[in-house]
Order: sequence, then C-alpha cells, then structure tokens
Amino acid sequence: MARLKPTERVAITGLGIICPLGNDVETFWQAILAGKNGMGRNTIFDASTFPTTFDAEVKNYDFSKYTSQPHLHGFCSRGSGFTIGATVQACRQGRIDVESTSPGDDIDRTRLGIYLGAGEGSIDNETFFASLAAGWDTNTDSMDWGKWTKVSLAGLKPTYELEEEPNMAAAHIALLTGARGPVRSCLTACAASTQAIGEATMLIRRGDADVMITGGAHSMIHPMGVTGFNRLTALSTRNDSPQTACRPFSAGRDGFVLGEGAAILILESLTSAQRRGMKVLAEIVGYGSSSDAFRVTDMHEHARGPIQAMNAALIDAGISYKDIDYINTHGTGTAENDSIETLAIKEVFKERAKSIPASSVKSMLGHLIGAAGAAETIASVLAIRDGVVPPTINLNDPDPNLDLDYVPNKPRKMTVNMVMKESFGFGGQNNVVIIKRYE
Amino acid sequence: MNSIRVVVAGLGAVSPLGLTADEMWAGLCAGKCGISKIQGFDCPEFPCKFAGQVPSYNILQLVPKSHRKAIKLMSRDIELAVIAANEALANSGLITKGIDPDKVNIDPTRTAINLGAGLISCDLVEIGPAVAASTTDGTFDIRKWGKLGMEQLTPLWLLKYLPNMLACHIGIIHDIQGPSNTITCAEASAHLAIGEATQIIARGDSDIALAGGAEAKVKPLVMLRQYFLKRAVTDNSISAELACRPFDIEAKGSVFGEGGGVLVLENLDHARKRSAKILAEIVGIGQSTSINPVCERLEPDGKGLKIAIQKAMAEAQIQPDNLSLIIPHGTAIPEDDLAEANAIQTALGRAATIVPAWPTKSMLTNTGAAGGALDIIAAVRAICNGLIPAAKNCDKKRPGCNLNILKEPRQADIKYVLCCSYTHGGQTAAVILKKFEN
Repeated sequence: MARLKPTERVAITGLGIICPLGNDVETFWQAILAGKNGMGRNTIFDASTFPTTFDAEVKNYDFSKYTSQPHLHGFCSRGSGFTIGATVQACRQGRIDVESTSPGDDIDRTRLGIYLGAGEGSIDNETFFASLAAGWDTNTDSMDWGKWTKVSLAGLKPTYELEEEPNMAAAHIALLTGARGPVRSCLTACAASTQAIGEATMLIRRGDADVMITGGAHSMIHPMGVTGFNRLTALSTRNDSPQTACRPFSAGRDGFVLGEGAAILILESLTSAQRRGMKVLAEIVGYGSSSDAFRVTDMHEHARGPIQAMNAALIDAGISYKDIDYINTHGTGTAENDSIETLAIKEVFKERAKSIPASSVKSMLGHLIGAAGAAETIASVLAIRDGVVPPTINLNDPDPNLDLDYVPNKPRKMTVNMVMKESFGFGGQNNVVIIKRYE
Repeated sequence: MNSIRVVVAGLGAVSPLGLTADEMWAGLCAGKCGISKIQGFDCPEFPCKFAGQVPSYNILQLVPKSHRKAIKLMSRDIELAVIAANEALANSGLITKGIDPDKVNIDPTRTAINLGAGLISCDLVEIGPAVAASTTDGTFDIRKWGKLGMEQLTPLWLLKYLPNMLACHIGIIHDIQGPSNTITCAEASAHLAIGEATQIIARGDSDIALAGGAEAKVKPLVMLRQYFLKRAVTDNSISAELACRPFDIEAKGSVFGEGGGVLVLENLDHARKRSAKILAEIVGIGQSTSINPVCERLEPDGKGLKIAIQKAMAEAQIQPDNLSLIIPHGTAIPEDDLAEANAIQTALGRAATIVPAWPTKSMLTNTGAAGGALDIIAAVRAICNGLIPAAKNCDKKRPGCNLNILKEPRQADIKYVLCCSYTHGGQTAAVILKKFEN
C-alpha cells in the first residue's frame, strides 16, 4: 500500500460540549476558571441506599432544541442525546452545515468523517429488573426462562434496544451532518475519546478525510453502571459532601465521581481549514497509545504503559518533554491512578516534572468515562487560547508522596503553547494527545 | 518515499464450525452448517430457536498457568477472543511470553492489538439471585438492591463486561504493550479494527498487530434485541440446515451466533526478516456510513457501502475486473441483502455479476463483531488454497440480486478478494486482500 503520504497538519476548528459544568463551551470554561463543580445528589434514579448517592449530572438539557427533526432521534440514549447538542455546537463553530440536503460549507461529504469514543446506553432498567424478578426461581436457584421471556417480550421496546448499542451516537451524527467519510467508534473505557481524537488525527494525516467530527459521549449513571463502579470501590463515598468529594492528588482522596456528557471537536486538515477561511483554535500534533499488559485490575506498578504512551506522543509530535507547558492529567482521584500518574510524569519529565503545572479537570467536571478525554482536551484548547491553566480543586490536604505542581484550587495565568493530555483506561489502555498553539 | 506493506502472517478462528481456523475452513469447504437449537435458554416462549454455537472447550487448558486465576473475570466474549489469538500467534511462528517466556521473539512495545467487540451482555443467571434478594412483594425494589442486592455480585463484576477487556486479557497473556484499540461498531467492527491495525503498521507505529474481533451473541438479551429489530429468523419450523439463506428468495433473516477471529498482521520487512510464512497482503481499506433514519437497516440503494467499496478499490489501485472473489456481508435479512447487492453492483458495475460471490453466514451464522474477522480469514484461506467453496442455501436468488453466487466450488488463482461489511447503526467497511507476491 502506498502510504506515509506527506503529513497534513491537523487543525481544531470547532468545539461543542454538554456536561455537568454547563451545556456550552463558554459556560463550561467559566465554571472551570471559577473553580465550580458539577456534583450533586443522584437525580436520575433512586441511589439513596447505594454506597455512593451522588454524581455529576448534565442539567437542564433538551436535545430537541438542537434539531428540526427530533423524531429521528426520539429513543436515543442519554449519551447520544448529549452528542446531538455537542455536535451541533461544534458544527456551528466549524461551519459544517447540519440537516441540510445541499450543504454550502465546501466540505466533500465523502471526506467528512466521524470518530467517537462512545459508551453504551443504559439497559431498559424497568424491564430488566422485572424480568429477572419474575424469572428467578428461589426454590430451585435457577432461571425460569419462560417467565423471563414473557416479561421481557412485553416490556422491551425495539428502538430503545437498538439505541443501547455504542455505535449509535455516531449514527446520530451521520443523520445530522450527512458525513460519508471514514467512521469508527471505539470504547477503550476511560481512554476512549482521547483515542478517538488521536486516531481521527491519523485519518486526516493519511489524507483519508479532510474533516473529522470527533470526541466522546457516555453516561454510565444508571443502576448497573453505578453498581459496577461501587463494587470495584472506584467511586468516592463522601455522600455528606459531594462538592468536595473528588479530590485528585489529595491525601484524603477516596475515588472518582461518576459524570456524564458529550464533547465534540472538529478536526480539519490545515489545507482545508485555510481554503475555507476557518479560524484555527489549536493543532493536534502528537498521539501515543499503549497497553499496560499487566493485570486486569491494576495499573502497572512502575507506570510502564502510561510512560510509553506519553513518550510515543512526544516522539510523534517531534518534540521533547521540555517543550510541554502544561499537563492535563487523567487525575481521577483514585488512590492508584494519582500515584501512578505522578510517577509516570516524573519518569517522562525528569528534572522538569515538578515545575510543569499538571492539573485535574475531573475535580470539577467529574469523570465522563468514554467522554472524559474529549472534554478535557477542550479545556486544554481553551487553556492555550486564554493563557490560563485550570486548577485542581479540593486540594487542601496534599498527599506528601505526590509532590508535583497540581495547580491547587485556583487557576493560573500563564502562556500555554503546548499541552499534553493523558487518559488511562480500566484494562490498561493508555492514550495521550498533544495540543499545540496554532501559529 | 518509502511505503510499508502490510501482510497477514497468522490466523486464528473459533466458530460454530470448530475451535480452529482449519476446522472452520474444512467445514466451509464441506458446506457444513454451524446452526443448531439454542441450548442455554431454550423455552417455548423464546421466539428464536436457532443459533450458531461454538463447540465446547475448557478455557482452563487454553490459558497459561499465570493467567488461570483471571479466568473468572472472562466473559464468553473474552474467552473466544483469547482462543483465537492463541491460535493466530501459534500459526504465525511468533513467540510471546504466553507461548514460551524463554524464547520470545517479539518486541512487546512494537506489537499492537486492535479488536472489534460487541455490547457484551451480562450473565443473567449471575444476577438472578441478587435481583431476587431485592424484591418487595415480588416487585424489584432498588433500595433493597443498593443495600443487599449488589453485594451479591463479585467485586470485579463490571470488568467482565467492558468491551476493551478482550484486548486486555490477550495483552496480559502474551505481553503485548503497543497501541491498543477496541472498535465497537457492531457487525462492522472487525473490518474496521483490521483496517485500523493495518494503518497503525503502515504508519510505522507497530511492526506486528493482532487484529480481528470476537462476540458471543447467543445470550437471551442479545438475541431478543435482534428479534425486536426484525433481523432474526423466527420461523422455527424449518430445519436448522436451511434456516439462514443469504441472497435467497426465501431468506427470512439472520441466525445469530458466537465466534472469534484474530489475524496476525505484520510489516512485510519484519515478516521477511524472520522468514515468516506470508499468507496474503492487505492492499485496500474503505469506510463510509449508511445514512438511514431506519437505523437498523442499510439504506435501500446501498450508497454508504458503495462508497466504502469504491474507496477500498481506489486504495488498492485495481479495477473491478481484477477481483477474483467477493465475500459480502450477506446477513440474509431480505432488505439488507438487496441493499448490499445494489451497493456492490453500483460500485463494481458489470463485474459484480461475473466475479464469484461467496456469502458465509449460512454456515458460520451472524457472529456480530467476530463476523468480519471470520470472513477475512476465510478469504485468506481461499487465496492460499486457490479454492472458492460453494455458497450454501442460495438456491434461487432474490430478484434484484445479480451477484454471481456459486453453487459449486471452483478452483481459481485468486489474486484479489473484496470483503464487505455494514451494520445496524450505519457504519460500512470494505477490505481488499491480495495474493502475496514478492
């Protein structure tokens, strides 16, 4: 295959977000600069007896405001619904016509692609639990499949079932935009949307697409999602104080706070962006991916995988660790992640490790799982634009073993030209992108 | 400018036709049908009776000693992926830590994993007692679940069902530390994963990649979802052998099954240096999307798939007449078969009616995220064996389908094979394989 074409530069020309800190990019960013957070009691289902009773939810959002054809998206999952708003916002800024039969945006639809890190939708909880309650025979400790089937057949709704599939968020974007270029959707847990941004960048560099709609969408705020994370003891259980619960890099950190949302970026070859007269917000210049290959349950004790992904991204960008001004961390607030991530930064950034600001947006945003990396990449772009680095809030009791500059509690004014964005997934998939000021 | 060629150097397949790629190929050549009655959750009320089930195996014997404790964290989807990856690596001559820690001949950091995975359904029998412990007057009570029910689930319960855990287990067993991705585009997943892995090698980020997909669709909720979307065969009066009929006028839907397919892809120079047996070359990848408000069906004119085929042909720099074989997605869902035939016919013109087409799902069933990998493995075997096996159950083509579906096997020098894929949700993909020539 004739590959290794001359490298296209990859520009960011649009941003959109629906998340616990707000339903547009500027509200999200102002909340971060004010050190606000999006946590509160779980209002999506009755979690009052769960080990964790709070989360970070999208509030006051209605996707039908963003479409003239809401019936086409009627049964969509929460994640897909968020995707619709975030995509329309990003397309507005990126001047991509939506819901148009004759788009005038000068983009060849066969060269307009989609790459999402998107999660599954919630199961139909009512029918799921009712069918199991009806089917499970406690006398024989076995399932009566006839009873289970009857309740399931009566309760499940076909379109809702289809919308649970993780590739459906991409389907909704295609319906909105008419994109016919390369389309993929990936799900590498908490690293998914950083991976999507990285691979979308590669598709533009290869010349397979001129414009990619990329990012992530996810909501795991449903009974089985919270159950899964609670059983793993990955979630903070500070039920008496949701606002201070997520405290990355603190001594008292006890887990992450589950969030939800969608974050979309428009990536475009610089050639196409210049031809269309687009304002370039920043560039994606590096991408690295790796696997821990260590344990199903734990990160590698010497941070082998994260280090490899970070170094791979630096090499891909053709830069040195000395060129990075700011690290947007994975920073979940779990004991393990924050220790291992600190270790990785020390290994990669050597003598500069302690002097590079490295903060966690999750302290305010919560953990958007599949959508996390994309939301945090948007924050990184804005840090470059406004010359200000987001804080890590709730950092009042530093862990003596974690001694980097985590930008405690207040944002910091400084010139930011180059950002490293890190994401590490359960299962050991690590993805890192590097975002650069456009000049 | 240098260009990196990407070749296939190993195959592993677990399917309703057997636990190895050899068994799958032998079954396909013999026209064997992998369909049988569902064993796990059979009851008169369940609307689908047929499925493609993998023969029994003992996973304990198929993982190294160091990984035996982890098998309790392996859902069936993960097991199928692990079995296929083991075979693919053994077949390639590569030696990993999981095969022989003293003779490793791969660089773990230069080896990638890129797999397609499905929406993995949890084991209902595992959750049953926890739900039963959470009822008040026979009705589920979420407050009891929060206090009593969830505690009955093993603490690591969630980790069995994350789609990226297929790659995670394989990575741990074989110590594979390079780029890793999990594509979740349902039935198009494996084509897309193999395409992405090819691109990762071609851009120089890895020398070797394990690529493919696995999914166990024979689970009650997964099967019901397909039933609701009117994609599954529900006429249970016909014999299993005849149930799945891609492109046939009597086709009534897919029969869903389970499987796993993994290919070892390799940078040609790397493969040559170790004198690997090269099975085929990947020369074209195309992707697009079908835009249909009825998301569970391909758009009737097949435009999204047509674009994917055209892109793959352009990348391979070949003309339709150069193709020796087409393996269509061929679900046997009547509207989809017709839309796919339209796509192939508009993309390839007259050649579409001449080049032999060989749908496999009448034998292999529709194994979701694994299906594309099984098809591409079948394509590689066809190239290596110079043989196009006969299609099964396409006795009378559906009007409008003008593909040349062979009723008898044919010996042929197979130069180029086009493998097509699409899925509910719209993603489409085409991969072109070439007989390897120096």
